[in-house]
Amino acid sequence: MEEILTTVFAISGITGLLAFLLSLANKTIADYGEKNLTINEEKDYVVSGGDSLLSALNDENIFIPSACGGKGSCGYCKVKVLSGGGPFLATERGYVSDEEQQSGIRLSCQVRIKKDMHIEIPEELFSVRQYLCTVTVLEDLTDTIKRVGLSLPEGERISYKPGQYIQILTPEYDGNEEVYRAYSITTPPSSDQAIELFIGYVPNGICTTYIHQYLKVTDVLTIVGPFGDFYYRDTMKEMICVAIGTGMAPIMSILRHMNENNIQRKITFFFGARTRQDLFMTKTLQSLEESMYDFTYINCLSRPTKECQWKGETGRVTDLVKDYVADGENKEAYLCGSPAMIDSVLPLLKQKGFSEDAIYFDRFD
Amino acid sequence: MDIHPVTIFFAAIFTNNMILANFLGMCSFIAVSSDIRTSLSLGQAVTFVLAFTTIINYLLYHYVLLPLQLEYLRFIVFIIVIAAFVQLVEMVIDRYFQGLYYALGIFLPLITVNCAILGVSLFMVIRSYNLVQSLAFGIGSGLGWLLAIVAMAGIRQKIKNNPFPKGLEGAGITLIITGLMALAFIGFSGIVTLQ
Repeated sequence: MEEILTTVFAISGITGLLAFLLSLANKTIADYGEKNLTINEEKDYVVSGGDSLLSALNDENIFIPSACGGKGSCGYCKVKVLSGGGPFLATERGYVSDEEQQSGIRLSCQVRIKKDMHIEIPEELFSVRQYLCTVTVLEDLTDTIKRVGLSLPEGERISYKPGQYIQILTPEYDGNEEVYRAYSITTPPSSDQAIELFIGYVPNGICTTYIHQYLKVTDVLTIVGPFGDFYYRDTMKEMICVAIGTGMAPIMSILRHMNENNIQRKITFFFGARTRQDLFMTKTLQSLEESMYDFTYINCLSRPTKECQWKGETGRVTDLVKDYVADGENKEAYLCGSPAMIDSVLPLLKQKGFSEDAIYFDRFD
Repeated sequence: MDIHPVTIFFAAIFTNNMILANFLGMCSFIAVSSDIRTSLSLGQAVTFVLAFTTIINYLLYHYVLLPLQLEYLRFIVFIIVIAAFVQLVEMVIDRYFQGLYYALGIFLPLITVNCAILGVSLFMVIRSYNLVQSLAFGIGSGLGWLLAIVAMAGIRQKIKNNPFPKGLEGAGITLIITGLMALAFIGFSGIVTLQ
């Protein structure tokens, strides 16, 4: 009995002493106190030192894009640190190029606040908010693409530009960690209490698997947004839109916005799919063709089968651009889809004479 | 046992090397040995932690566990001490030695579970070293570990672009090279042996 007691007391004593020392150290050595964070030289925040810059900004309701949730594995959460960021870290090297490093770009999830800091972030990030949405629609558009409708909580509104995206926070499930994934909004900005997304199924994709196999109508989904510099530009130039797969999403938002506001611009939308089953939203696009000022929808199939009984264009969407677009004189182009598609259309457009600053694109990596 | 501390020091580096003779601390040895600079940093961190934890564990063992006849608790006590010490060191370095923190910082947590550290504390008990001998053994083992990982990093940097069969890339070839290095170190064994 005595031995058992001695053992318990000895171990508790040693552990307790160490715990005491460590908590003492945590209170004194690791306590950095409150620090001042100045953003864009105009807004001042008092944040608790020792936190990562990303989470400190989150606490102040400023949402920096981040797909991995602060693990330093996506490289999205870049901000410009003017002072107080400490030395550049080995963990940032893979994501920040040498030029970016020169201009003070850092990964905000890796930078910890130990001193007063001055940083710069794009002005539009101040309008980024987090919303707890209710799922209202889950509809199969094709075998692999779902239309997902989300309604914002009572009284809340999201303000976005046509073509921008939001991030879905995929909750933990089946041993997967929480991740953020980006999806473009398909509704026009006037629909600011209920938005819709097109979500394609990616085998083994954490978020897409969750959406396609676990999510149910009336579930609550956390989204953050809006983000993105791919959006409708208010000029009078003729527009060319090119998309494949779920790349149709931001184009849809742009078209609906133009339709609602009766914008009088000529616009052509080239859409590519593999087979007839992969075409979607065709009816909506056809009715837009009728109601809009000057809108043409042209699609093509890259692998039509006999069952498709396809009489339209065949080949890749690149071929459509090659055939239908005469030149780039006074035109704007909006591209959205896989990197491979964008990389093959970009040189073609430049060759046709599109000026580089009139081509906007959104790569779906 | 009255082996001179200096003898123990050199034996711990060359003939009783933690990695090449005892194969302890292999995890980080294989994972971090691809770059000379980082493996040098990790080696320094291991040496630093080894020196201190060996002393703390020595004092705890001889002045707390032995008098209370609780020697059999040494495993748990040693492990707790190592973990707590690493934690404390990380906080101190983070606060006061910025440069060092960015060089060592990310490796410190790795050291918590480096079995070479626990191994040294246990050998110290088994071989009944006194305080000075333990200190020499701790520092020597750390430097030996450093020597081995830096040598390995040097070799790996040299063979980085050589073609290997697919299955041998990375850890596979590293283990084979470790074996060859261990064989080479047998050459030192005539100098002195511990146990």
